[in-house]
Amino acid sequence: MTNDELIWRIAGGSGDGIDSTSQNFAKALMRSGLNVFTHRHYPSRIRGGHTYVEIRASDENVRSRGDGYNFLLSLGDSFARNPKEGAYYGEEEIKPLSENLDELREGGVIVYDSGLLDTDDIENFDERVEENNWHVYDLDLRGLAKEHGREIMRNTAGVGATAAIIGFDLDYIEELMADAMSGDILDANIDVLRDAYESVQEDYDVDAHDVSVPDGSHEEEQVLVSGSHGIAYGALDEGCRFISGYPMTPWTDVFTILTQLMPDVGGISEQVEDEIAAAALAVGASHAGVKAMSGSSGGGFALMSEPLGLAEMTETPLVLVESMRAGPSTGMPTKPEQADLEHVLYTSQGDSHRVVFAPSDPIECYEQTRKAFQVAWEYQIPVMVIYDQKLSGEYRNVPASFFDQEANPSLGSTLTEDEIAEAAHDEFGKFERFRHDPENGVSPRSIPGQKGGHFLATGNEHTPEGHISEDPDNRVNQMDRRLRKMRTIRADLDEDERQDTYGDADADFGLVSWGSQTGTVEEAVDRLNDSGYSVKALSVSEMAPFPERKVREFLDSVDEALVVEMSTTAQFRGHIQKETGDYGDLLSSLLKYNGNPFEPAEIVEAAEIEIEDRLDEPSSQTRLEPAAGD
Amino acid sequence: MSAFSAIGNDREVDQNEFTPGIEPQPTWCPGCGDFGVLKALKGAMAELGKDPEEVLLCTGIGCSGKLNSYFDSYGFHTIHGRSLPVARAAKLANSDLEVVAAGGDGDGYGIGGNHFMHTARENHDMTYIVFNNEVFGLTKGQTSPTSPQGHKSKTQPEGNAKAPIRPLSLGLTSGASYVARTAAVNPNQAKEILVEAMEHDGFSHVDFLTQCPTWNKDAKQYVPYVDIQDSDDYDFDVSDRREAQEMMHETEDALYEGTVLTGRYYVEEGRRSYQQEKRHRGSMPEQPLAERYFDDDAEWERSFDYIDRHK
Ligand SMILES: Cc1ncc(C[n+]2csc(CCOP(=O)(O)OP(=O)(O)O)c2C)c(N)n1
Ligand code: SF4
Repeated sequence: MTNDELIWRIAGGSGDGIDSTSQNFAKALMRSGLNVFTHRHYPSRIRGGHTYVEIRASDENVRSRGDGYNFLLSLGDSFARNPKEGAYYGEEEIKPLSENLDELREGGVIVYDSGLLDTDDIENFDERVEENNWHVYDLDLRGLAKEHGREIMRNTAGVGATAAIIGFDLDYIEELMADAMSGDILDANIDVLRDAYESVQEDYDVDAHDVSVPDGSHEEEQVLVSGSHGIAYGALDEGCRFISGYPMTPWTDVFTILTQLMPDVGGISEQVEDEIAAAALAVGASHAGVKAMSGSSGGGFALMSEPLGLAEMTETPLVLVESMRAGPSTGMPTKPEQADLEHVLYTSQGDSHRVVFAPSDPIECYEQTRKAFQVAWEYQIPVMVIYDQKLSGEYRNVPASFFDQEANPSLGSTLTEDEIAEAAHDEFGKFERFRHDPENGVSPRSIPGQKGGHFLATGNEHTPEGHISEDPDNRVNQMDRRLRKMRTIRADLDEDERQDTYGDADADFGLVSWGSQTGTVEEAVDRLNDSGYSVKALSVSEMAPFPERKVREFLDSVDEALVVEMSTTAQFRGHIQKETGDYGDLLSSLLKYNGNPFEPAEIVEAAEIEIEDRLDEPSSQTRLEPAAGD
Repeated sequence: MSAFSAIGNDREVDQNEFTPGIEPQPTWCPGCGDFGVLKALKGAMAELGKDPEEVLLCTGIGCSGKLNSYFDSYGFHTIHGRSLPVARAAKLANSDLEVVAAGGDGDGYGIGGNHFMHTARENHDMTYIVFNNEVFGLTKGQTSPTSPQGHKSKTQPEGNAKAPIRPLSLGLTSGASYVARTAAVNPNQAKEILVEAMEHDGFSHVDFLTQCPTWNKDAKQYVPYVDIQDSDDYDFDVSDRREAQEMMHETEDALYEGTVLTGRYYVEEGRRSYQQEKRHRGSMPEQPLAERYFDDDAEWERSFDYIDRHK
């Protein structure tokens, strides 16, 4: 345990305001100059049920939640209480304290709301405190909040106490509160905050432990955004002005962010009857000349399979977002998994092709969503952005200047009327919308309402003019052309060189990951290298067309590689093997599918087992699966 | 020059402009009612002076879905049951387009029933033509949602145990603001109704009776028909929801007893179309969205800095 980082966990009942409180506190830490990263754990229920948010703050770059944490603010689950004073629902109420102790580091701090929680209800509490050298603050946060009028302000009291304990300047918090509220409510909250702060300073020796807020500074102004914000803002800045969807966790985040913004930018948002309609609307809007997007999570995306294929066959540009959660079926709605990879790659009938991007953090979410629109409109192909519940709801700081906020109006390979007049028409004067011969596979398109460009878009196989056709030569030409686009796109993406390796360039042990696990893997790489191993990592963020050259380069440079993914069946490892046709005996897997993302220590442990050729089972709830050739 | 100069042309349009000169002849069976829809639609478009390139005709899958192969305009032959969501988004994207959707009774009342209900309820400004031939045509005569109870087919060999859908009543209850029934055997009325439907500001549902001589053995199934507006026996107010409803029930019962009633059933004026409603609420821009991408002077700025809230 070091005191160069603070990992603060606030726990309570779902609906108790844990989320907003933690976001404000994370912002305050960011404004004080620290890098922050949040991790959110919540049950699939609206009110009540144990939930927590962790904020990791450090002067160093933080890209994962880390292992364990060093500060617990436990508020109690207020929804577990019966409205009748004194009635309790079993263990629920104390869970925000009892459930969190396992991961609290030695020497850590516990603040609990003694107005709601009684440590007598927790088995061996005092022994555990002693054993682990925890520092316990029992504060009647509820009572304090009530004194100032509103029980709900116990969150604010908890933050005030936190600030006193870790030595954090209240100004940052007060400023944020003033941005969010005003009048009596603001005054009451500030009073609660200061009261809690002062009473801790008066009654406790806050130097008795070494959990404190680190110092930090930023060179430029930062903002706190999640992966969902990255995707939404990427879409907006790329000129997306039509979003259609049907709510499903966690996709709903992107959907609601964009829905709120659309009226202001002159765009349209449509909540429709189901996901088939949602994707079909995006196809219709795109066909009519608007940059459109839709999306869902696993179960909803299953319904989008048909419109997805239609977009491919009619060469209608389309961006679809898939925000993965644990399946099969409704699965675990609020838990992350990376097990929709094959679903996204292969759904839809026939030899169908799509481009699939897999960002790993909010920055990549933004960049790749922009790229997704560019590729979709240039190459007239559906492009998917696949990410997961973890990345969807985790926040980190990003330089404010990173977002350019300029809408890109370019419709890629769409023609103007003047260009249509110059473009190829057949002998009867009909615009050849689906020409056979373009080298890069792209036949420029027209839009309904344009003079001289009318054509039939059909999901049936069709001639260059758009007539339904089962002519064998035409079929081969059209299939080849559509496939050719994938090659061109790969060449286009290779120019960007985005698949970077991380760690010791000369290492002969590799870790391979994709999507939201990347930051955690890279932290594990640092730790392994710090403790004398030599390892490196590759994060793959394009799933189709597959960056084969880059992945091969990496795998050829190591003797052994461990593929880290949140899946039971090693889908990502399978994908690498399918795309390269190789590496069966080089790739082993570290799998986790218990509903929680990896922690760095789990990866470190597994890598050590692999590097040292030990036969141990991992101590955490993960599974090591040997290479096929072992 | 506007980006969409085909739109809003004020010229005389000949209905033959909608006939694709070079395409194969329709593959519909001789005597199929679908020819009647094609003819009526061309006539109605010409009467309205629509330039073929300002029209987007979206179809589903089925014999009926092939309509836009024989109708020369911008077209989108979508997937089974999904013409409506594609069509209504195109209208939202470019509200100046004349958007028509069409498909069979299986397509529209079966697999696409959910979309039908919701498009009607939202009152999108478009016209929806359902080719009602009481069977699945293209997949060879199976029982469809409008087949009468007792109808025998290879998939219901003992006779259909289900009561048929009541399309007019369904359209009305779902919220369509124009509901009519016409028949391919009555080309003049059909054209008139399509003209009205397209002129109507809101969702126009036209249940179009199309005989299928191949699978519905009685090729004359919709003859003789009665035009309710021309007959003294049926006097009701088309703007009155209750009266319309009653008339629809009568019509729907009568069809299966051999009396074919056609005409306008419900015309609701004055209700905002979905586009108007969205504009009214500030959730849709005045200018057709699609135009903006071609307009060098378009205002892409926004009134706020979205990043501010994250600082
Ligand atoms: C998802 C899907 N299911 C089934 C089919 C097969 N299919 C094609 S047309 C059709 C029914 C057509 O009947 P109807 O909609 O009444 O139109 P008609 O052919 O009578 O004009 C079916 C079931 C399909 N193309 N797609
Ligand atoms: S099968 Fe029936 S509906 Fe289809 S073309 Fe033949 S007659 Fe028309």
